[in-house]
Amino acid sequence: MTILVVAEHDNQHLKAATRHVLAAAQAIGGEVHVLVAGQGCSTVAEAARTLPGVTCVKLAQGEALASAGAENMTDLVLGLAREYTHLLGAASAIGKNWMPRLAAKLDVAQISDIIRVDSPDTFTRPIYAGSIWATVRSVDPIKVITVRTTAFQAVAETGGAARLELVTGMTDSGLSRRTDLRLNILSRPELEAARVVVSGGRGLGSAERYRELLEPLADKLNAALGASRAAVDLGYVPNDYQVGQTGKVVAPDLYIAVGISGAIQHLAGMKTSRVIVAINKDPDAPIFAVADYGLVGDLNQVVPELTAVL
Amino acid sequence: MKVLVPVKRVLDYNIKARPKADGSGVELTGLKMSMNPFDEIAMEAAIRLKESGQATEIIAVSCGALTCQDTLRTALALGADRAVLVETEVELQPLAVAKLLKALVIREQPGLVICGKQAIDDDSNQTGQMLAALLGWAQATFASRIELGEGSASITREIDGGLETLSIRLPAVITTDLRLNEPRYATLPNIMKAKKKPLESVTPDTLEVDVRPRLTLIKVSEPPARQGGIKVKDVAQLLDKLKNEAKVI
Repeated sequence: MTILVVAEHDNQHLKAATRHVLAAAQAIGGEVHVLVAGQGCSTVAEAARTLPGVTCVKLAQGEALASAGAENMTDLVLGLAREYTHLLGAASAIGKNWMPRLAAKLDVAQISDIIRVDSPDTFTRPIYAGSIWATVRSVDPIKVITVRTTAFQAVAETGGAARLELVTGMTDSGLSRRTDLRLNILSRPELEAARVVVSGGRGLGSAERYRELLEPLADKLNAALGASRAAVDLGYVPNDYQVGQTGKVVAPDLYIAVGISGAIQHLAGMKTSRVIVAINKDPDAPIFAVADYGLVGDLNQVVPELTAVL
Repeated sequence: MKVLVPVKRVLDYNIKARPKADGSGVELTGLKMSMNPFDEIAMEAAIRLKESGQATEIIAVSCGALTCQDTLRTALALGADRAVLVETEVELQPLAVAKLLKALVIREQPGLVICGKQAIDDDSNQTGQMLAALLGWAQATFASRIELGEGSASITREIDGGLETLSIRLPAVITTDLRLNEPRYATLPNIMKAKKKPLESVTPDTLEVDVRPRLTLIKVSEPPARQGGIKVKDVAQLLDKLKNEAKVI
């Protein structure tokens, strides 16, 4: 068995997600290669070479790969796929976008969002917003897999010394081109990588209250900020703050849910956090059923009080 | 331009899914089924394109058992002009659905396929991308804004950390994210009218598509339940627990 892990990066930094996917690859077993595809991303490839247990880093660079567009990524990996038994990527916005395209081109099923490796051909994945786990076996010759990164503990950053191979012959499909990119400037840890997440819901009442109450708390804890779908739909915060079934899945050491009732769709995104704190005025809110520590009270008083004593 | 919208019949989003007692699948007997919420958003996007004169006809497609007719009638009541049911009792996986949709796309020649980004039952998030791959078309997933031009479209996508805008060549497959629009409800007169709209049935055999599953379901199970903890009486006790018991701060 030889496994190709597709690195998650922004052309400058190798993202931690890659080390989680690598852990899933190591659970499958066999030789592991890492593909770094992008533009001007040789520092990423250098970082990937030191990942433990990786024997080969393939570096593919070109204008056509600069934005990791689905069409060009698929064409690139299609050319490499036959050398591998498993192709793994993160179940991130990038992986979810292009990996099913690759699977279809290979005429194989994709196994989405795995949370457990049962054997090299059998995997467990959440369905129905995580209410149920399904264990599935793939009969396809090549397994195309996206990995829920929070379900696998990241491997170390260093310890390996992989050889570097350059991949050439990239083409541009001409089907798609990025015309604009607007990234939210974050002065905090990334939501999916943060050790502490402070998350707000409808109970905050307004975008202003969200900021006034949660930002100081997050500052104290060096936490990422998240939100329920309700808070996003009400315009309190941008879309990519959403934690839940269709948003981000997080599993920090500490998750503080403020004014979040705890719909199934939200719990799906955070219930594997190590410690959950819920602050809500409704003692019957479903969030308390998953919270290690629940505090029933007015968040307008409780949150500033907590911030003050930290 | 024709627009094709695939719609899936799924367990209603308000109902908590449970495994069957023997772990062989998910219990659906007697439970309310509805159109996948992301497909409602796709329908709404198609209807708005038609209302603005950019689309001429909306074809709703559903693949599955005869009961998927209900979902197609809902699509017709919302504003689809006609519907196609690909009827089969086989459990369909995303690759098989993508192949069925490809066969219908070749027959119908739409300029655009708008899909929901994922179905809330299997949470696969694959079918639209797979269809685009099989057709060799451009794809734009997780769309939060759609703007059609001549032979191309400008699509804003929700990505990790922000928004990306793509210019894609048409025909193309677009998959919808939550905030593309707010879907309308079907009105009673439209529900009545929908009963008279054409609903055609075909089968995977007549489309010459092999729909056999590629993934074998070994079992389904409930995830380990998270034990609820305790209620603390005030901030001081919370702080004490976080520091001394959980040791997370």
